[in-house]
Amino acid sequence: MARRVRPGRSTAALVVAVGALAAACGAPGSNSPQPAASASAPLSGTPTCGTAPVALNGYFETGFPLPKALTTEFSKQHPNVTWNIREDQFAVITQNAPRVLADNPPDLMRLPQVSELVKDNLLKNLDGYAQAFGWDKWPASQLEQLRLGPGGRPRGQGSLYAMGLNFSMTGVFYNKKLAARIGMSTPPATLEEFDAALAKAKDAGITPIVQFNGGATGGLAFPLQSLMASYGPPGPINDWIFQKPGATIDTPSNLRAAQHLERWVKAGYFQKDVNAVDYATMMSRFIDGQGLFMFNGDWESGNLDKQMPGDVGFLLMPPAQKGGKRATMSAPLTFGIGANAKNADCAAFFLNWVATDRKAREITVEVGGSHPMGPADAYMPDVAADTVTAGTLAAGADIAKDNGAMDFIANATGAIYAKSWTPNLQKLVAGQQTPQGLLKAVQADYTSQLEGN
Amino acid sequence: MTRPVPGQSPPRPAAVAKARSARGWAGWLFVIPAFAFYAVFVLRPIALTAQYSLYRWDGIGPSTWVGLANYAKVFTDPDLFDSLVNAFKLIVFFSVIPVVLGLTIAATIRRIAQSRLALVARTVLFLPQVIPLVAAGIAWSWLLSSTGVVNQLLSLVGLGGVTRAWLGDLSTALPAVGMIGAWVLLGLCTILLLAGMSKIDPALYEAARLDGAGAWREFVSITVPSLRQEIGVCVTVTVIAALASFDIVYISTQGGPGNATMVPGLQIYYLAFSEREVGMASALAMVLMVLVIAIALPIQRLTKDTDQ
Repeated sequence: MARRVRPGRSTAALVVAVGALAAACGAPGSNSPQPAASASAPLSGTPTCGTAPVALNGYFETGFPLPKALTTEFSKQHPNVTWNIREDQFAVITQNAPRVLADNPPDLMRLPQVSELVKDNLLKNLDGYAQAFGWDKWPASQLEQLRLGPGGRPRGQGSLYAMGLNFSMTGVFYNKKLAARIGMSTPPATLEEFDAALAKAKDAGITPIVQFNGGATGGLAFPLQSLMASYGPPGPINDWIFQKPGATIDTPSNLRAAQHLERWVKAGYFQKDVNAVDYATMMSRFIDGQGLFMFNGDWESGNLDKQMPGDVGFLLMPPAQKGGKRATMSAPLTFGIGANAKNADCAAFFLNWVATDRKAREITVEVGGSHPMGPADAYMPDVAADTVTAGTLAAGADIAKDNGAMDFIANATGAIYAKSWTPNLQKLVAGQQTPQGLLKAVQADYTSQLEGN
Repeated sequence: MTRPVPGQSPPRPAAVAKARSARGWAGWLFVIPAFAFYAVFVLRPIALTAQYSLYRWDGIGPSTWVGLANYAKVFTDPDLFDSLVNAFKLIVFFSVIPVVLGLTIAATIRRIAQSRLALVARTVLFLPQVIPLVAAGIAWSWLLSSTGVVNQLLSLVGLGGVTRAWLGDLSTALPAVGMIGAWVLLGLCTILLLAGMSKIDPALYEAARLDGAGAWREFVSITVPSLRQEIGVCVTVTVIAALASFDIVYISTQGGPGNATMVPGLQIYYLAFSEREVGMASALAMVLMVLVIAIALPIQRLTKDTDQ
């Protein structure tokens, strides 16, 4: 029935069509918008939101109420400012960040790892604002992780490209009821005492540590880095995370930390199904009283105070030697301003307000559970003494004293967590990776990822 | 066919040719709207992917021409190559199990075609096709968790020793993901095969029975050969589903633990959106496309009905 189309003609048409489509464009990226130079222009006076109506575009993370609580209060104090807020899961923000910042730059955006965004000139250089508002007079460690060298490397020094709404800290939460059952009345002061508590819990039939390590998020990175901090100084780890030339994760003290973690795994201190446990499952198990310890961050302090009031304690990972310095992962809740954002001045004014306004600092502690940014002597709201929030804030002071803040080893490059730490830690749990192999594999991936940039 | 019958030469060849050519161009006119869509949404992305695969590019900044280096890496990088191997392993679960089991079930249902049970069985088997894959993935990750129904049943029958977090164990994660796929695709195959069976002339079965054939003989000599085309469709669709799998794996394991369930579809996604290696992702995508075509085409040929 059908009239047969001569194959020659249809093939020719296809070739012409594909050719025309492909020929229309040059090398990928050659026509992408190049944002204005990233060097900051000197400001004339301190930026404000003015008095005329301003609508700020925000791009925030779903599930975290703090930014919205702050923007609501800000609009109360500055009625000319309204907010258009879009929210996404953090994983979605991570994937979208470069495109959103290039195509439709928000005035204020929750940021993933920033190195590659800075490399592509997508973030506003905040040096001018820092000077105008006096951010450079705050304790330097607060903003260190948000400073980047030219082209995004190394991190930890150079110009300021982002700000924190607060800075959070990780450590070990413990269930006070279960702790009482094994006779743990005071938090362990050394790694040895910590090990003893784990063993006692195991003997008492209590899961010593509930942790997540499933899917693409290897949560065993939390205890691993905590152990790294017990065995060695935080400086070299920070250098590695900041991509300083020659830095390596494969050091003798980190090896001892990885070996220690493997001993915990082999001793059965984690749940047997830890490789199938995601973050939400870990939280529900801990709240359900199914484990003694949990390595996590103070962003859960407020939540835990609500879910198990008075029953949760917080400790910093104890050092290997008694009286040794403590260190832990501590990072700002990173927000940035798009390089081509329309209302950059107002966004910067908001960021400064968050750190310095009395009410804003109260909200930061109450809703966020973490330490506000800002000058060392700034107003601190009162927190009830028996809450875990009080515990995490006190621990923050200890870390500041010991100068023990580290960024998270998962933040070294954009892909190191999902593609390297996670599969290798999962293999370590399954007995298919050794501590030495783990560090070597991660270092190799790190090197190849840096070469790729 | 409109080809002129030999010996019956057309009266005015030139005029016929002219008319045919005019009709040909009119035909192309009708094709244009659909072709435009096809070109913009299918051909252009493929062409662009092919182009990107020759560059190193982070998706935003300037790119560097690297020729075929990305393709070389697809076959030499163990992580990338293993994901291709995993896709082939999934064929066992996504294709072999649904087709074999589907044939058996369809043959059984056909025998009880008139009963209520057949209707219930058909509905139950087809249900997975109706449920969104994401929902299926979440439901199954609960069923397969360490305290899930699967382990509870195993413990109940005294197999407590083999219970584990099926999706969190390096050796069982891929088969577990495969079983989810088999569950989803079984219904599709069964319904397709049942439809095919209803076309088989009952007289064939009657004749076979008169010749003393049993149920097995009927199945092998009549049912399976008559369903050649349907089986071809089932195998093609399920093999493509296995090679291009993404959603079930993304929801249930995200490629973990330890890359045990990493498949090319997921790898492409990670490369493009987390590692921001758009060139590598494109190269892997092109390899996957060629693989799917190279495998699907011979299946089509093999199962083509030779009588027609």
